[in-house]
Amino acid sequence: MKKLLNAPSDIVVESLRGLGLAHPELRVDLNHRIVYRSDAPVPGKVALISGGGSGHEPLHGGFVGPGMLDAAVAGEVFTSPVPDQIVEATKNVDSGAGVVHIVKNYTGDVMNFEMAAEIAAAETGVEVVAVVTDDDVAVQDSLYTAGRRGVGVTVLAEKIAGAAADAGRDLNGVADIVRKVNENGRSMGVALTSCTVPAAGKPTFDLPGTDMEIGIGIHGEPGRRRVPLAPAKEIAEMLVEPILADLDFTGGDGVIAFVNGLGASPLLELYLMYGEVAAVLEKAGVRVARSLVGPYITSLDMAGCSLTLLKVDDELVRLWDAPVRTPGLRWGV
Amino acid sequence: MSEIVDVSTLKSWLIRFAGDVEEHAAELTELDSAIGDADHGSNLARGMKAVITALVDDEAPDSIGPILKQSGMTLVSTVGGASGPLYGTLFLRMAASAGDCDALGPQSLAQAFRAGLDGVAARGKATAGEKTLLDALIPAVDTLESALAEGTPFDDAIRAAADAAEAGRDATIPMLATKGRASYLGERSVGHQDPGATSLALLFRAAANTMIDGEDGK
Repeated sequence: MKKLLNAPSDIVVESLRGLGLAHPELRVDLNHRIVYRSDAPVPGKVALISGGGSGHEPLHGGFVGPGMLDAAVAGEVFTSPVPDQIVEATKNVDSGAGVVHIVKNYTGDVMNFEMAAEIAAAETGVEVVAVVTDDDVAVQDSLYTAGRRGVGVTVLAEKIAGAAADAGRDLNGVADIVRKVNENGRSMGVALTSCTVPAAGKPTFDLPGTDMEIGIGIHGEPGRRRVPLAPAKEIAEMLVEPILADLDFTGGDGVIAFVNGLGASPLLELYLMYGEVAAVLEKAGVRVARSLVGPYITSLDMAGCSLTLLKVDDELVRLWDAPVRTPGLRWGV
Repeated sequence: MSEIVDVSTLKSWLIRFAGDVEEHAAELTELDSAIGDADHGSNLARGMKAVITALVDDEAPDSIGPILKQSGMTLVSTVGGASGPLYGTLFLRMAASAGDCDALGPQSLAQAFRAGLDGVAARGKATAGEKTLLDALIPAVDTLESALAEGTPFDDAIRAAADAAEAGRDATIPMLATKGRASYLGERSVGHQDPGATSLALLFRAAANTMIDGEDGK
């Protein structure tokens, strides 16, 4: 393992310390491992919190700021944060308008956020609405699994719901927007190499030199199938096809097409992939209204990418275009 | 019936369990690496170590419910993942059932375990046969209750419960996981023993070993 670190056990706290130093507009509580926008709680505004295991940066800490999250709670690498942290963040961002928790659908995250919401309600009376994202079409049989995993749509939901909260929507209104994004978004990923969890020191799974894993999860969970590495043109089809098979994205106001890097694939390749994806979408009659390309929900140092399509209407496009000022996403300001 | 779990027995049980988890940490993690994310042993060992540290603190509570509650809260805040909320909920519900008393008799112990089981099932939205720790916990609690109902002496009943937990643990091997991270493996989860059921069986064996007078080892 070759990584930029001191001790593997300190990687999360030391990375958060650096994030705080690089972005003085954020306030970082290293003890609880929480990243806050420094002006939280924002009077009258519904607050948005997300969190989860570390290792997916810039998700979630890099999405804290005006127009997006009020706080992000960081767990150990690939391990859910614990309820104490989530309760602490919830108390500190609530202005009285309530708090929305955006939770990716993993067993540990869902349980820890549930317990946190119960404790926060019992201890402080903060009103919390949790919305779970589950957009990964690689998990086919949701009835016999923990359900689809929350992946790329989470980034889009945090941005769009952040804009809705800024626009003054109430607690249920903001939660509804998260649900709307989740219901209209689907994702599919591909890994070219495994990631290496710092504490483990060796690759999470074994992927032979010339193979790729189609349908990979962001923690290295197994995908749908393992096939020989193919040209980008073919990989684009392998990503688009199962998404379009799951939900009709044609017609209407089009989609936000999000090509996400999993950590080790450079923008040179990600833009190339976007070009291929755009071509496949055009052939399929899917109109791209907006796009996002880059490493936004990563899996440590995994090579590969994921594709997320979000069906949009006027409302979602308007919220997407609204100003945002975070370390990870920044426009209109 | 006599009170069989007083404060000192309860502490011995927790200390015993912490030691067993520590001893089996590598094995639990190995089982978890086959179908999960390879951290069950280290996470639970870390959590139980924190439970024991809190237990011997000068400010530590000294009655049954509060000790169980403190242990549950400690597990929730130190273990993380899914095991933290599940083990935490087990102890928190047991605490609520036991209440602020100095000792539990067999029936109230069984009731506390039942309350814990119900809490875990609700928290995990799981039932028997899904290849989770419930597959050890359910037979253990069922066995304890029915043995006591039949008038079996407590020592035999808690030993039977520990046996049932271990049989339940073994029965997870051929199961298809439909909950938690292992479920993403689908058919590939078959043939592996569930790590959560394995640690849960340790919990009941530790109970038998500490709650039975003079029993030690196995």
